[in-house]
Amino acid sequence: MQLARVIGDVVVTRKDENLAGITLLVLQPIAADGSDAGRTLVAVDSVGAGVGETVFFVRGKEASFPFYPTEVPADAGVVGIVDHWDLG
Amino acid sequence: MILARIVGTVVATRKDPRLVSNKLLVARPMDPHGKAEGTYLVAVDTVDAGVGETVLIVSGSSARMAAGMKDCPVDAAVVGIIDEIEVVAGS
Repeated sequence: MQLARVIGDVVVTRKDENLAGITLLVLQPIAADGSDAGRTLVAVDSVGAGVGETVFFVRGKEASFPFYPTEVPADAGVVGIVDHWDLG
Repeated sequence: MILARIVGTVVATRKDPRLVSNKLLVARPMDPHGKAEGTYLVAVDTVDAGVGETVLIVSGSSARMAAGMKDCPVDAAVVGIIDEIEVVAGS
């Protein structure tokens, strides 16, 4: 999983039928110090995250698992909202 | 998934039989502000997208979960046509 900040959302009317009703969020992956790390991406949301929140997300086919048995065509998915993290 | 703009189409007569009757599009990835980034890619179209449209592309094995793509040799599929991208400044 990777940490990211939710920076926006995407409105898509015409889409794959298995994406119906699923929120799409724009994520900016971040480093441990909170700085931007890498390109933005679009992820499906299964935890009710919103803009401004720090989240963690999975990449790959696993992104569709929270929606099982529906086969959602997604390669990135938010699976948790971060309360805080410690670096020891 | 990534955001991309459709910039062209691909015509291929000789191809894997499971790709027959599928439309192939040339896409240029972009950031949420519309700025092009990265290299061009070819994606199979499942939502009837066209040149000039902004789309949502799913990559990797997940592309095979797009409608009608089961067991097809694809690693990128257009699964949505973008109406609007809202990015909150400073978030």
